[in-house]
Amino acid sequence: MTVSATLSTPARAARARRAGARPWTFYALLALFVFYVLALYGPMICIYILSFQDVRGGLVFPMKGQSLHWFVDLFTQVRTGDVKGAFGRSIKLAALVTVLTVVFSFLAGWAFRRRFPGDTILFYIMIGSLVAPGLVLGIGIGLLCNFLGIESSLYGSALGAQLSWTLPFGVLVMFAVMSRFNGTWEEAARDLGASPLQTIWLVVLPILLPGIVAVALFGFTLSYDEFARTLQTAGPMNTLPLEIWSMTLNVTSPSLYALGTTTTIVSFLIIGLCLGAIVAIQRRRGGRATRGE
Amino acid sequence: MGLKIFKRYGASWLCILPLALVIVPFFLLPMLVVGAASFLQGDGFGGIIASPTLANYADLFTSKLTFDLYFQTIKFTVLTWAFSLLLGFFIAYFLVFHVRNQLLAIGLFLLCTVPFWTSNIIRMISWIPLLGKEGLINQAAMGIGLTHQPMEFLLFSSFAVVVAYVHQLTIFMIVPIFNSMARIDKRVVEAALDAGASRFDIMRLIIVPMSKSGIALGSIFVVSIVMGDFFVIKVMSGGGSASVVGAFYEDISVLQYPPAAASAVVLTFVVMGLVAAILRTVDIRKEIAP
Repeated sequence: MTVSATLSTPARAARARRAGARPWTFYALLALFVFYVLALYGPMICIYILSFQDVRGGLVFPMKGQSLHWFVDLFTQVRTGDVKGAFGRSIKLAALVTVLTVVFSFLAGWAFRRRFPGDTILFYIMIGSLVAPGLVLGIGIGLLCNFLGIESSLYGSALGAQLSWTLPFGVLVMFAVMSRFNGTWEEAARDLGASPLQTIWLVVLPILLPGIVAVALFGFTLSYDEFARTLQTAGPMNTLPLEIWSMTLNVTSPSLYALGTTTTIVSFLIIGLCLGAIVAIQRRRGGRATRGE
Repeated sequence: MGLKIFKRYGASWLCILPLALVIVPFFLLPMLVVGAASFLQGDGFGGIIASPTLANYADLFTSKLTFDLYFQTIKFTVLTWAFSLLLGFFIAYFLVFHVRNQLLAIGLFLLCTVPFWTSNIIRMISWIPLLGKEGLINQAAMGIGLTHQPMEFLLFSSFAVVVAYVHQLTIFMIVPIFNSMARIDKRVVEAALDAGASRFDIMRLIIVPMSKSGIALGSIFVVSIVMGDFFVIKVMSGGGSASVVGAFYEDISVLQYPPAAASAVVLTFVVMGLVAAILRTVDIRKEIAP
C-alpha cells in the first residue's frame, strides 16, 4: 500500500510529461525570461526613441516633438567634440583589430591543439591578459611607452592594448570551434596527397569558416566598444567610446542619445552581417549535402 | 638535440608566436613596469625618480580610505555576482531544459547575447530616462498613486550601480552556463525523473554539479570586470560611491604615477587571487581547450 502510494507521484509526473503538460516552473521561468529580455532591451529602446525629439527635447520622457535635430547637432556642433572623426578612427582601428585577431587566434588555436613546451604558461598569461583590470593595463602600457621614449598612438599602443583584450577572447572562441573539428578529415586530406598548406586552405578553413566569422564579430565589436584599455593609450586622437565618455560627463542634451542610436546601428549592422554570413555558409553547405556534391 | 626539439615543436611555436608577440609586450611587460613603478618615487610632475622605496605601499596599507574603497568595490562585486548568477543560471536552465524546439532555443539565446556586441557605455546611460527623478518608473509610480514624491534612490545611487552592472554582465553568466548545460545528456534527467527524483533533487544533484564549469567561467568574467571597473560606479552612483580603480584614476590625472601603480599592483593581486580561487574549483583548461 505504502509502496504504491510513494510510486504514484513520480508515475503521475511521468505521465504528465509524456502528455506534454508544462510544470509550474515553466511558467515561472518564462516570466523571468520575459522580464529579463524587457529589462535588457527596454532602456536601450527608450534612448533610441528619445534621440528623435526636436529642439525642445530633454533627457526624459515625455517625448517633445519628432525630428532629426539631435543627429544633425551631433555631427555639426563643435561643442560635442569631433564625433565624425572619432567614428572614422574607431571603425578603421576596429577593422584592423578584426583582421589581426582572426589571423592570430586561428594560428594560436591551431598551436594549442597539441601540447608543446611553454603551452601552459602562455595559456595562463593569456587568461591573465583577459582578466587584468583594463585601466591598470592601459597605465602600464603608457608607462612603458614613456620609459622607451615612444609616443602613444592609435595604431601603436592602442592597437596593442586592444589586441591584448580581443585575442584571448578570439582564442577561447577558436577553442570552442576547433573542439568540434574532426581530426579524421585532416588525415583524409593528407592521405589523398594534400600538402599541409593545402589541407589548411582547402579543408580546415572552409569547415571552420562559421567559427572564424564569429571570431571576427568578437574582434570588431570588442575593439569598437573598448574603453578602459584605450583611455590611457590612444594618444592625442580619441576613439568613439572615449568621445561618448567625455560626452556623458558634460553633455546633457539628447545629442548623447543620438550618438547612442548611431553607434548601436553600426553594431547591429555588423552583428547582422556576421550572423547573415554564418547562416548563408550553413545553408550553402546544407544545399550541397542534399544535392550530393 | 636542439634541432630535433625544434623540428618537433617548431610549427607550434611558429603558430603561437603572433599571440606571444602581442601579450608579452602589451600585457606582461606593462604589468612588470607597473610593478616596478610601485617601488619608485614620483617627482610630483609625472616623472619618476629611480630611488627605491616602500612608501607607496606603506601609505596604501595605512590609509583608511584603501579599506573603504575595497569594502565598497567588493560589496558591488558580491551583489552583482549574486544577481547575475541567479538570473543567468535560471535563464540558461529555461533555454536548455524548457524550450523544446532547439531552433527557438538558439534564437532566444541569440536574443540574450546581441546586446553584448553593443556599447556598454550606451547601455549604461540608457537607464537614465527610466530611473531618473522624472524618469518613467517614477512617473508610473506617481501616476498610479504608489508614491507622492519621486523616489530618489533609483538613480545616482548604489541601487543604480547594481542595476547597471547586472544589466551589462548577466550575459557573461548566461553564455558559459548555457554551454555547459547544453552538454548535459537529457536522458540523465529523464532517468532521474523515472527513478522518482524531485525537481529540487535534479537541480541539486545533476544540473548544478554539471554546470559548475560554466558557473566558474561566468564568475571569473563578472568578478574581474566589476573589480576592474570605475566607469559605471562613477556615473551611476552620481559621485556617491568610489571604487579602487576610480581612486587610482584620480591619482593618474594628477600625475601621481607611483602611488597609483602600488594601488594597481595590490588590486591585480586581489583579482588574480579571486580568479585563482575560482579556478581551483574546476580545471578550466580541460573544460575549454580542445
